[in-house]
Amino acid sequence: MEVSKELILNALWETLYMVSISLFFGSIIGIFLGILLVVTRKGHIYENRFIFSIVNPIVNIFRSIPFIILLVAIIPFTRLIVGTSIGTTAAIVPLVLHIGPYISRLVENSLLEVDEGIIEAAKAMGATPLQIIFRFLMPEAFASLILSITTATIGLVGATAMAGAIGGGGLGDVAITYGYQRFSTITIFVTVVILVIVVQGVQSLGNILERKIRRV
Amino acid sequence: MIEFRQVSKVFDDGEKKIEALKEINITVEKGDIFGVIGFSGAGKSTLIRTVNLLEYPTLGEVIVEGKDLAKMSEKDLREAKKNIGMIFQHFNLLNSKTVFDNVAMPLLLSKKKKKEIEERVYEILRFVGLEDKAKNYPNQLSGGQKQRVGIARALATNPSILLCDEATSALDPQTTKSILNLLKRINDEYKITILIITHEMEVIKEICNRVAVMEDGSVIESGNVFDIFARPRTETTRNFIRSVVRDEVPSSVYGLLKEDAYFSRIFKIDFFGLSSGQPIVSKTAKRFNVEINVLFGNITELQGIPFGNLIVEIIGNDDEIDRALQFIKNQKVEVKEVTKDGSQQRAHFKRIVGNAVHG
Repeated sequence: MEVSKELILNALWETLYMVSISLFFGSIIGIFLGILLVVTRKGHIYENRFIFSIVNPIVNIFRSIPFIILLVAIIPFTRLIVGTSIGTTAAIVPLVLHIGPYISRLVENSLLEVDEGIIEAAKAMGATPLQIIFRFLMPEAFASLILSITTATIGLVGATAMAGAIGGGGLGDVAITYGYQRFSTITIFVTVVILVIVVQGVQSLGNILERKIRRV
Repeated sequence: MIEFRQVSKVFDDGEKKIEALKEINITVEKGDIFGVIGFSGAGKSTLIRTVNLLEYPTLGEVIVEGKDLAKMSEKDLREAKKNIGMIFQHFNLLNSKTVFDNVAMPLLLSKKKKKEIEERVYEILRFVGLEDKAKNYPNQLSGGQKQRVGIARALATNPSILLCDEATSALDPQTTKSILNLLKRINDEYKITILIITHEMEVIKEICNRVAVMEDGSVIESGNVFDIFARPRTETTRNFIRSVVRDEVPSSVYGLLKEDAYFSRIFKIDFFGLSSGQPIVSKTAKRFNVEINVLFGNITELQGIPFGNLIVEIIGNDDEIDRALQFIKNQKVEVKEVTKDGSQQRAHFKRIVGNAVHG
């Protein structure tokens, strides 16, 4: 069986669509929760045991559910948000819920890497807590955050392969339905090559940006 | 002016309590360069952090320019902190920002106008000698230059107090000197009160006018630097002083004792204050029939006053040596005879016997 160029291009588009939209919303949620996880911890600028002890387990719960299960488990919620539970757009909701908590852990790590002395200097200058976050912590962690987002993006590319389960389409779906179920080795081969290229491209872009920011 | 009144700090992690500060009472006067010295763990870091409330005192109060910052609202406290600059051992600069942006940061936080910020940053960079590095990033600078950026940042808001937390401890001796000179200039030209904590007596000796020695969370001695150097009361202080002014007798001098001839004795003369300005050695040599060899000397200056010791060999007959010795003692300097066993004064017969034995 021939590989249809149109089919592949369409699937590639679906994959990029799902990845970019869910990365956007996932990053917003992830960065917000990541900051929250850092500043509410013990001894930090907004120390708050209550908030920390709620956010921390929620992030853990979402991180521990396999994506394929999350995908179907939240179908009612998906329908509530986007009005449908099947299709490419419907896949974005579980993708966001999957990647957001993951990004929050990466952001948490990046922010915790910032030297405590920086916070001390900020406090000594009389910076407000918000100024400490946005003028000191975030700029200092920026290069590391770029790498975190890169890692998350690649994780998303992998997760979109499962979106086919709810009719999300994308390269992974093509590989399974045309390649695996219809025994088209060439289709599997082509989609895998494209996925490898996409992942390589994302990683290279992330590395270049990170190096530029760190100026090395 | 900074006043510590009965300041205590206890760190309590629920399991064990650590008393970092125990009823500290010291006053840093306006215009002082006040040094706090102690070994690591003595509590000096905690002490300096109670001034700008990076640490809150558990008991007691810290009064800065007449105000107890701990009683202020968050907003007033942030304003008050702009009057207190701080520099750190590891500089704590933002590596993601240029030198200019680092120095501009405190002004940016105060929402100053762009033009005003630019003028002030260049003015202060000129003062610390880093005008040409404005566009560089901290990791392109040497340690000394980084500390200069730290100083510039601390001075940006025109504070009246500068806190220095081990500011020279990560620097080599040469760079330390240049940073200390800069601090002295800041004190002279901007009339900024400086509180320095350090474990290096060199820092105290070079620029401080007053000092407090800390051990185990308490101030064990404090006062004018010269008085502390001249009359240390505790062994800890004595050890710190020894690190900058050697007062032990070098072993080479003991070597000389052994092969000593009949009519010669070795003395250690301790100077402090004006007495060292007088030419004691030459006067004594002129007035009495003795020859005086300076074997070893260690004289330094504290706030413009000479301080240190000389080890001299006095050669002559016994009577003349005794008379010369009496004369020197009358000049209000401390004289001790150097002996092998460290005893104050060798008895005459011992000397004769000893010399006879040695031949």
